[in-house]
Amino acid sequence: MNGDPKLERIAKGNALALCATGTWTASFAPVLERMVTDAEKLAGSPQSIFIDVSEVAKLDTFGAWLIERLRRSLTKGPVEAQIAGLSANYSSLVDEVRRVRATAVVDSSPITITGMLDQIGRAVAGLAGTVAGLVDMLGAVLAAGFRVLIHPRSLRLTSTVHHMEQVCWRAVPIIVLITFLIGCIIAQQGIFHFRRFGADIFVVDMLGVLVLREIGVLLVAIMVAGRSGSAYTAELGSMKMREEIDALRTMGFDPIEVLVLPRMMALVLALPILAFLGAMAALYGGGLVAWLYGGVQPEAFLLRLRDAISIDHFIVGIVKAPVMAAVIGIVACVEGLAVQGSAESLGQHTTASVVKGIFFVIVMDGVFAIFFASIGM
Amino acid sequence: MAGEIQNPIIRVRDITVQFGATRVLDGLNLDVKRGEILGFVGPSGAGKSVLTRTIIGLVPKVAGSIEVFGADLDSSSTSQRRNVERRWGVLFQQGALFSSLTVRQNIQFPMREYLRVSQRLMDEITMAKLTMVGLKPEVAERFPSELSGGMIKRVALARALSLDPDLVFLDEPTSGLDPIGAGDFDELVRTLQRTLGLTVFMVTHDLDSLYTACDRIAVLGNGKIIAAGSIADMQASQHPWLRQYFHGKRARAVMG
Repeated sequence: MNGDPKLERIAKGNALALCATGTWTASFAPVLERMVTDAEKLAGSPQSIFIDVSEVAKLDTFGAWLIERLRRSLTKGPVEAQIAGLSANYSSLVDEVRRVRATAVVDSSPITITGMLDQIGRAVAGLAGTVAGLVDMLGAVLAAGFRVLIHPRSLRLTSTVHHMEQVCWRAVPIIVLITFLIGCIIAQQGIFHFRRFGADIFVVDMLGVLVLREIGVLLVAIMVAGRSGSAYTAELGSMKMREEIDALRTMGFDPIEVLVLPRMMALVLALPILAFLGAMAALYGGGLVAWLYGGVQPEAFLLRLRDAISIDHFIVGIVKAPVMAAVIGIVACVEGLAVQGSAESLGQHTTASVVKGIFFVIVMDGVFAIFFASIGM
Repeated sequence: MAGEIQNPIIRVRDITVQFGATRVLDGLNLDVKRGEILGFVGPSGAGKSVLTRTIIGLVPKVAGSIEVFGADLDSSSTSQRRNVERRWGVLFQQGALFSSLTVRQNIQFPMREYLRVSQRLMDEITMAKLTMVGLKPEVAERFPSELSGGMIKRVALARALSLDPDLVFLDEPTSGLDPIGAGDFDELVRTLQRTLGLTVFMVTHDLDSLYTACDRIAVLGNGKIIAAGSIADMQASQHPWLRQYFHGKRARAVMG
């Protein structure tokens, strides 16, 4: 009943007449577009131009626009093209479409070498801004911290405890599991290679120093950056997107004090605890493997461990934890508050939060290594 | 297709929707006729949005059947279902524009998916749609986060109309708009219904919309349609909620 759309030329002396038939709707849009593009090429200098649409069975915006486009492109010369036989049902639609201004399409800028160099330059220049943003946030958090010290009642205890539960208590199983496995692997590798020199027992020294000084805290910090840093960024970012942070500000609350400080405090308290638990789990795992795989009796392991490590090793490790926590927290909060309106932006900033968090954790670890080496610890 | 003209475009029969122990819709029946603007009202939390989402297929129902364009959506195949989905457009309460795409890309998204047409035609149609919903072409390159509330609604409507659907669902289209903006929007819906021959299913709280835009009104209460008919029928109704709704302080103000 509703046939395929057609556009036929009817010879009419000096006039150019086109007859449109069938269904001119979105579902036939590809066919319609091809027909109209072909018809637009019909040249000549006729005295009058008609587009007869009386046989069109169905018309929608696509069809109406294509007829309008045909009319416009045929009206190049002095003669104006006319649309004939328009039924009353569709005349308002055609009128509506006639109001559309044909605007040139703004093409997104193509990729050029200068454009790429420009982007690299901007990214490098932006690094200074990143560091400034971090320092700015550190200052704001410290200022909020001092305000809380002066007025301890303004401390958001409930919020802090809630975040402690999220980042500390709920992280314990996964952190303990992973550090346990890493301890096992270190011990196994150590025994495997030291055995060639008959130096199996030195695996205890290696395990103790490595776990307490480095692995325990570094691994846990990287995991916390991935687990809690990303969560902070996503939480703050979506609050920013829904104008919740603006709402807080208008009610006279400082978002740093209400949102950032409890999170920072929770993280700074949580990371030393997690680092300690992680170190214990790694030592336990290493000891287990040394016993079952290396044949080192638990008593011998503990005796050797007591000789190999001192409290200094433990202090060197655990002192780093709160500093790393602060770095992770600040990076995560800066990124969270930098989120713009789109879902894509939220994703980008969450990624940036984890990547930058881990990067700065490793940089801090290097700085600490130099520091402790120079004071002889 | 001839039969379709007499048949209602949406036919809802005995549908029941339950969330846990709470029964939101309880054996509800509703017909929407071709070419009409149906205003759908009811107290807050009565399940107006739930019914809309159930018809669209976003909320599962416990019992009953829904036919849209004469096709039962439960028994139809994936391709039949896609065919139906192509013929309806949905305007969500918050607009639900894709935040990482520009206005132009938002409107072109369904076209890109369903039609194989040139970029030029898509751009031209986008401009036509923007003009129809009363926006300037400059808006096309903006992102949703750079738009005002009213503009978001308009762009969302333009996206809902992107494929020239036969049926549009509007979920509280005028909420959050200023009275003038809301009035314009009602006018716009009326114009589009006339020019494109749309059928409109509109959930609303706005009495003005009911008076100016709607052909017929259905009222939801206790999980059922408690009344359906013209605005005059509603005013004549003796149902207590309807009396309060149509003869309250605000209603008198609207009627003048």
